[in-house]
Amino acid sequence: MSLTSNRKDSVAVVGVGTTKWGAMPEHDATSLGIWALREAAEDAGIRLQDIDGLICQRLTDYQKFVQVTNITPKLVTATPGAGRMTGGTIQLAVQAILSGLLDTVAVVYGNDGRSAGAKYGGKGDSYGTGADQMWFPYGMTSPGAVHSMLFQRHAHLYHSTIEQLGTVSLTFRQHATLNPEAVMRKPITMDDYLASRFICEPLRLLDYCLINDGGVALILTAGDRAKDLKQKPVYVRGIAQQSRLAQGELPEDFGYAAMQRASKTVHEMAEVGRDDVDALMIYDNFTPIVLFALEGFGYAPRGEGGAFVQSGALALGGRYPTNTNGGHLSESYMQGWNLQAEAVRQLRGGLGARQVPGAETVQYLQGGPLCTSIIYGTEAA
Amino acid sequence: MNTLEYKKPLPPITEQSRPFWQATRERRLQLPRCDHCGTFHTYFEPWCSQCGGEGVHWETLSGRGRIWANCRFHKHYFPGFDGPYNVAMVELEEGPRIMTNIVGTAHGTLDEIPIGMAVQAVFEDVNDTVTLVKFQPVEAPQP
Repeated sequence: MSLTSNRKDSVAVVGVGTTKWGAMPEHDATSLGIWALREAAEDAGIRLQDIDGLICQRLTDYQKFVQVTNITPKLVTATPGAGRMTGGTIQLAVQAILSGLLDTVAVVYGNDGRSAGAKYGGKGDSYGTGADQMWFPYGMTSPGAVHSMLFQRHAHLYHSTIEQLGTVSLTFRQHATLNPEAVMRKPITMDDYLASRFICEPLRLLDYCLINDGGVALILTAGDRAKDLKQKPVYVRGIAQQSRLAQGELPEDFGYAAMQRASKTVHEMAEVGRDDVDALMIYDNFTPIVLFALEGFGYAPRGEGGAFVQSGALALGGRYPTNTNGGHLSESYMQGWNLQAEAVRQLRGGLGARQVPGAETVQYLQGGPLCTSIIYGTEAA
Repeated sequence: MNTLEYKKPLPPITEQSRPFWQATRERRLQLPRCDHCGTFHTYFEPWCSQCGGEGVHWETLSGRGRIWANCRFHKHYFPGFDGPYNVAMVELEEGPRIMTNIVGTAHGTLDEIPIGMAVQAVFEDVNDTVTLVKFQPVEAPQP
């Protein structure tokens, strides 16, 4: 037996589990992850004991996790609780299966941010290097403020408008009205958007994601095994990441160069181009990053992400329906994980009014600073 | 200024950053500069992110720059702030970019501090040991 003797040639998501979203003070993050994993195992038609790899994100108590689930993985690990880590966490699972190290991997996310009062700004915010010395004395803090500044820069260079951001918010809210699980389902108008209060100007409340409690679990296995399981497999056709942390917190180019590298790799792996993609899932912690991601991953020319959004391309019925569950802005901020769940469900079909008809390929885009993309498909690459 | 009344965050001055804060007391903006490739750092470590070299020296900058990005906080995350306030990233004439507040405008609104506006460093004593470097429009009257 060599290090590569068990190599596999494809990986599929065979189980997806989600909790409810909202305020659930009776659960901590670990408990929410366990809930999600139980749902995912039921969905996949496997026993928890069949799981031989466990990768936790954000939920911190992996020991309690394995004790309560009574699983005995060959590999347990945990990644930090930042949304930027989501793509890399899934990459670990994919590579562990491809290499033959593991057969059936659960990637599990649990987040009790709402009940625990998670703050994304102020003391303890580590978004800026040395922020306590160079940012906090000026009152600078929070990922939202960083995106606010980046949008100002984008507007300065490319004449992007607030109404374009509003269109992102309205589009995803419209999708959420079709999703019974979404936290925010009330339709909004541009007037509502423009009347919402500033958090960090020019960004408003409706430019910000929704911090909630919840959990998501995905179960992945090799393609040859996936065929025998309960659900129609959804294949991970390509997955790539390119970080751009080295250039600082406010990147000169909105992360374009890094996104372009990740984009090239993911399409080469997946052997599908943007023309083949039926729907997008875009990491939307704040509205401006949707514009940056569309441009960085080549869906819109540089500087024209806002116009692309205004064309209706991201709406259901448009060319690239995006965040059909409502995304982080209107379903729930699950740090990329609910977008993975939605991608898988779109490819399985049967989502009713929010189903993208005939969806065969869905691409996940995450802008900086760990630019990541995943291409899921109904067929293996 | 009464130290007891100053509630905003104060920088935790470290051995590595002490020269920065000593210079601001003297009304100078000074940054560490790589001994090897000359890149200015806006972090306080001895290693250069550009050339990988080790070792820095301190150089005084002109204090002139332009607004590179801006925003205005309406939500407060720290004590001591009263009402909306701006934060800007200023690109210094010598190249590096630093976070700051823009002072010396009528209302502190974003339209008063557009990206590209020329600004000049001013120094604000906030207590007996800390002086912050802020910026004001160059055309503004001197205080």
